[in-house]
Order: sequence, then structure tokens, then C-alpha cells
Amino acid sequence: MPAVNETIETVDRISGGGYKFGFETNIEMEFAPKGLNEDIVRLISAKKGEPEWLLEWRLKAYRAWLSMEDPAWARIHHPRIDYQDLHYYAAPKKPAPKSLDEVDPELLAMYEKLGIPLNERAALAGIAVDAVFDSVSVATTFRDTLAKAGVIFCSISEAVREHPELVRKYLGSVVPAGDNYYAALNSAVFSDGSFVFVPKGVRCPMELSTYFRINARNTGQFERTLIVAEAGASVSYLEGCTAPMRDENQLHAAVVELVALDEATIKYSTVQNWYPGDAEGRGGIYNFVTKRGACRGRNSKISWTQVETGSAITWKYPSCILQGEGATGEFYSVAVTNNFQQADTGTKMIHLAPNTTSTIVSKGISAGRSNNTYRGLVRIMPRAMNARNFTQCDSLLIGDRCGAHTVPYIESRNRTAKVEHEATTSKIADDQLFYCRARGLSEEDAVGLLVNGFCRDVLKELPMEFAVEAQKLLAVSLEGSVG
Amino acid sequence: MLEIKGLTATIDGKEILRGIDLTVPEGEIHAIMGPNGAGKSTLSYVLSGREGYEVTGGSVTYNGADLLAMEPEERAAAGVFLAFQYPVELPGVGNANFIRTALNAIRRARGEAELDAVQFLKEARAAVTALKMPDDMLKRNVNVGFSGGEKKRNEVLQMALLKPTLALLDETDSGLDIDALKIVAEGVNALRGPAFSALVITHYQRLLDHIVPDRVHVLAAGKIVRSGGPELALELEANGYAGLEAA
Repeated sequence: MPAVNETIETVDRISGGGYKFGFETNIEMEFAPKGLNEDIVRLISAKKGEPEWLLEWRLKAYRAWLSMEDPAWARIHHPRIDYQDLHYYAAPKKPAPKSLDEVDPELLAMYEKLGIPLNERAALAGIAVDAVFDSVSVATTFRDTLAKAGVIFCSISEAVREHPELVRKYLGSVVPAGDNYYAALNSAVFSDGSFVFVPKGVRCPMELSTYFRINARNTGQFERTLIVAEAGASVSYLEGCTAPMRDENQLHAAVVELVALDEATIKYSTVQNWYPGDAEGRGGIYNFVTKRGACRGRNSKISWTQVETGSAITWKYPSCILQGEGATGEFYSVAVTNNFQQADTGTKMIHLAPNTTSTIVSKGISAGRSNNTYRGLVRIMPRAMNARNFTQCDSLLIGDRCGAHTVPYIESRNRTAKVEHEATTSKIADDQLFYCRARGLSEEDAVGLLVNGFCRDVLKELPMEFAVEAQKLLAVSLEGSVG
Repeated sequence: MLEIKGLTATIDGKEILRGIDLTVPEGEIHAIMGPNGAGKSTLSYVLSGREGYEVTGGSVTYNGADLLAMEPEERAAAGVFLAFQYPVELPGVGNANFIRTALNAIRRARGEAELDAVQFLKEARAAVTALKMPDDMLKRNVNVGFSGGEKKRNEVLQMALLKPTLALLDETDSGLDIDALKIVAEGVNALRGPAFSALVITHYQRLLDHIVPDRVHVLAAGKIVRSGGPELALELEANGYAGLEAA
């Protein structure tokens, strides 16, 4: 496979184990004053020209948030976040572009640098991109091609204006405004994100993807993504994320909601590469994300695949609510932590209906002084006759100062259910490294090969183009972790 | 040419090699025989650069270059190949992918063009057939779930594809039945030529019926205590190592 060579090239290219997306872009921005109160919520809503019902929804979320405490159960440690010391709205000063030609060249250049072409002529064939810069959507490509197929792919702000009935019907229907601390915060202040609607019977003709870029300083990032696949529809969606290197931590609290109706399929892949902080643990993104999919229809299917290499803290449990008979939920995850990163991530599979199945494959890799926790819940409700779950949970340790933790919760209230859980913990053994080196591989290449081998079951779930990118990321994230 | 002079080495402070002198000219195959604990495997690990073995004296040069100063991967690029006594399992890593990655790493280190997947697979399939190995050998994960014999054959497959100029075979015959032994020997014999030399480490004479060495050395208590032609192996088979250790 060529991927290994690319891994090698990537390692060669990057000197000093740096984070290659850490540059800053100079774009004139408009900020709301720091701090959070009802006026800020109103300001955000007004800036976006939102209808009254949405403002009310935001305010309700804000009030709910005020009454909540941030969750303390995860295996993560960080100083208290001062929510009054953040900007809750930041947007490029120039008005939203109507077409790609109007997009600020600085922005286009930045996405180019990230390897994300927004120029349709140069774009990767068959992938439509929504680019979100500091929580504001700046460009969406291939809209016309998608529109012909009946697929709506746009920023959520635009969807609120153009398709209010759809947004109103589904927004908050999977993750309610007051669901948890960070989801409530997001519901109150979300600024943008992507909206996808695939109508009945339509197979989305291309891969959809959103690239999130955090640029502004002292600014919280709150995107909201909503994907709806009607009966018989299918769509594959990928999100990628990067941020500049900064000494201070930045808060990112996104919400993603997926809705799959009868026989619909949604495949949601994430390659998360937010700035992880430096080797001493300074800086990095605090990533508190709520992702949930509702398999509402018969035989519907939602599949989450995530490759998490970035962020100082990751708190994230992409989940599936299996409401429709015969529905399928899948979660494939690779989480890498190095240096002082902390990840507490996993999934929830809630089986409500008969004959529902779920599969969980989680691969955690810890290096440096990092801590990596898998936390997963499998719940079988009384009506879920013949529900099946299979969980495979593997941890790989590199070095002797990191931690791997597995916290599975299994609740079965139906005697016909079958739930399987397998877990392993292993180390990259010295004899494996020596075996590879005796064959001519450098130590770093050997680690890359062994780690990619360890993650194989998950990487093969990613769309092809991104599998290669993910393999490179794994190698880069673990640079300097051996020896 | 491999030249070992006065080589001494320790593990955890314990002296295992106590002054080895050995020269393997280009094109020759030498056998190292000796009782358990004589330092045979230690010698192969020291020559291939495994960590944990401290060289306390002497020198090793290969074609004039200081082998001991090189990293293991640099030794591989210089043409040295160790066939492991206990090949290691690499879960999730496909055999073909592994060998091609290794081959291309070596080729890159030598400034040669890399082989693409198509060229490589053609060569690899031919080698699999020649070694009478099952077709799925290339698809399976490296040594995972392989029988003892399959692991040894996989070492020979790697050797056939990486084409070393100096092969170190560390008890490659152990655990092999006679048919597998013949296949392994054929693999080594196929590489024989003026540019190929090998150090065949073995406890038993039977491998040397199939790979006929140019020279036989007896290693006992960390030293070469006797050297001779192929007939020495037969003598050892008849009389055992008992009388040699005192020599």
C-alpha cells in the first residue's frame, strides 16, 4: 500500500514534530464584545436575521445552560473555563459571498494551504465542500450539481433563511437544547455550521465535506450541523478540523444531529486535527462536542467513523438512537493522544426497537504523558427484542508514562438481547520494532506501520481519499513518541 | 566480506561473546555450530544491531564499513539480513505491504527507484510459488496465526525478495519437518552466487546436508574453538560437542 510511503514522506517533510496547520490568517474580523448574556444571544440571532422562534429557542437554551453545571464525570482535568472571557461571535468583516468568485482571496489561499480546494475546477472530483471559518460558512462548492439531484447542502444560517420549515422540524429533535451543558451552550450561541437534506429515494451523488477552521483569538467556536436523510436516501459526509498554534486554550463546543428515516443511510466521518497543544501541554483546543444520530426509520443506518488526533482535550461520544425496527448503528474510532493530550471519547448505542444491531470498534493509542479513555454505553430497552451489539475495544500504549482506560457501561433490559464486549491492551513491543528495523525500516516508519496495522479495522471504514490523510496524521501525531 | 575481530559482548553485564575472530569471504557460506548457550544467537543479534547487547571490544566490518556503528536499518540497507529464530507477529500489517515497504526503504537508502505495487506483486508471487507456499501468504498479516514452519518459510520469502548480500540464519531449521527444511534450504541455495555470503547458525548437522557450507566453525563458551570444512559437521554429529568445550 502506498500509504506507508506517504506516511514516510510526511514525516520527512515535517521537521521538529510540528503541527503543520498552525499558521494564522489575517482576515479583518468583526467581534461581539466578550462575555455571555441574553443580549449577546439576541445579537447573534439578529446578526443572522433569524426568525423569532429561533431566538426564543436560543434564549431557552441559554436559560437552561445557566442552571446547569459542567459535567465532572469524564477523566479529564483542566482549569475552570471562564465563559465571560470569550467572544461568542466572530465573523469576517466582508459580507457573505454570493459565489466562489467573491470569496476573500486570503481565505481561499488559506484553504488551499490546508489542501482543501474551494475552486471547483481544481477540486477533488466528486467531493463538495462547505468551508467554515471561525464558525461562519464562507463557501460551499458544487451546490448546483447537488441541487439538480435535489440535495440541499449549505450553511445552517442559510438553511434557516431558505428552508425554515425543515430546520424548524429537525433542529434540536435529536439533541434537545437543554441536553447537556455544552449542547445547551451551543444551542444558545451557535453561529454557523452545515446543513444537509437528502430527499426521499435520493443517493447523494457526491461525498460532502465540511472543513472547520478556527482562526480568531479568544473566541469560542460553536458550530451546529444538521443532516437529514429521508426515506431511502443515502449520504456520506466528512468533517475535517484545524486551528492555529496558540499558547492559550480555545473552547470548541459543537453539536451534530443526524436523522435517518426508513431505509436511509448516513455515514459521518471525522478527521479531527485541532491544535493539540505543544510538547509541554501549553495551548490546544478544548473540544467538547455532542454528536448524536437518530435512526428513526425502519432499517435505517447511521455510521460514525472518527479519527481523533488533535485537541488538548477531547470530550465526545457520537451516539445512535436506534428507534426504527431493524436499524443499525456503527461507531468506528481511532483516538490518538500524545504529549499531554487528554481524550475521553466513545459512543452510546441506545436500542429501542426490535432487531436493532450496533457495532463498536474503538482503537485508542496513547503516547507521551497522555491519557486516553474509551467510555461507551450500550443500552437495550425492553421493546428491543433480538437486539445485538458487538464491541471491540483495543488500546495501544507507546512508552511507559501514558494511560489507557476503558469504561464500558452495558445495560440490558431484554432477555433476548446479545451483547458482546472484547477488550485488549497492548504495547508496541521492542521485538516488533527491531523486526521491522532489521528489515530496513526506520524506527518512525516502523511505529507508523504498526499503528496503522492496529487501526486497520477503523481506517478501512473511511472514504478512500481520507483514509490516506488519516494515516499520515497518525504518523505525524506520534512523531517523537518513541526513543 | 565480513570480518569479525576479537568481538566481545555482554548482556546485562554478563559476558557472552569472549573474543570472536571470523572472516566470511564474499560468495562463501559458513556454518556456526555449537551447544546451547554458546552465544550463537547473541552473535546474530550483535551483527544485526539489536538493543540490549553491549559490544565491549573488537570490531566488525562488512565490505570495509564499520557494521557496529550502523543502526539496524542501515545494516539492512548495506545488505545484511537476519532470518529470525523466532519471527515476530505484526497484527494488522499485511505481509505484502510489509515486505514492499521494507524493500522500498532499502532501495531508497541506496538511491534506487522504488518498486510499484504491480512490479512488486509479480516478483512476490513468483517467489511464493518457488517456495511452495500457499497463495494467501502475501495477504495474511505478518506471521499472525502462522505455524512454526510457515513463519520460517516467511523469513525465507522475505530474504528471497530483499535479496541480501549477507544472510544471517539463526537456527532457521529449528522446528521444521524434513520437507520444510528442504524448501528453506532451496531458498538459500537459490541466492548462492559470487556476491552472496551467509552465516548459517544451527545446532544440528541435518540442515547442512541441504545447504553445504564452505566452512564450519564451532562456537563454544563465546569463542570459536574449531574451524574446518564440511566434514567437521559430520564429526560433530558423531561425537557431539562434549570434547570441544574444554579446548
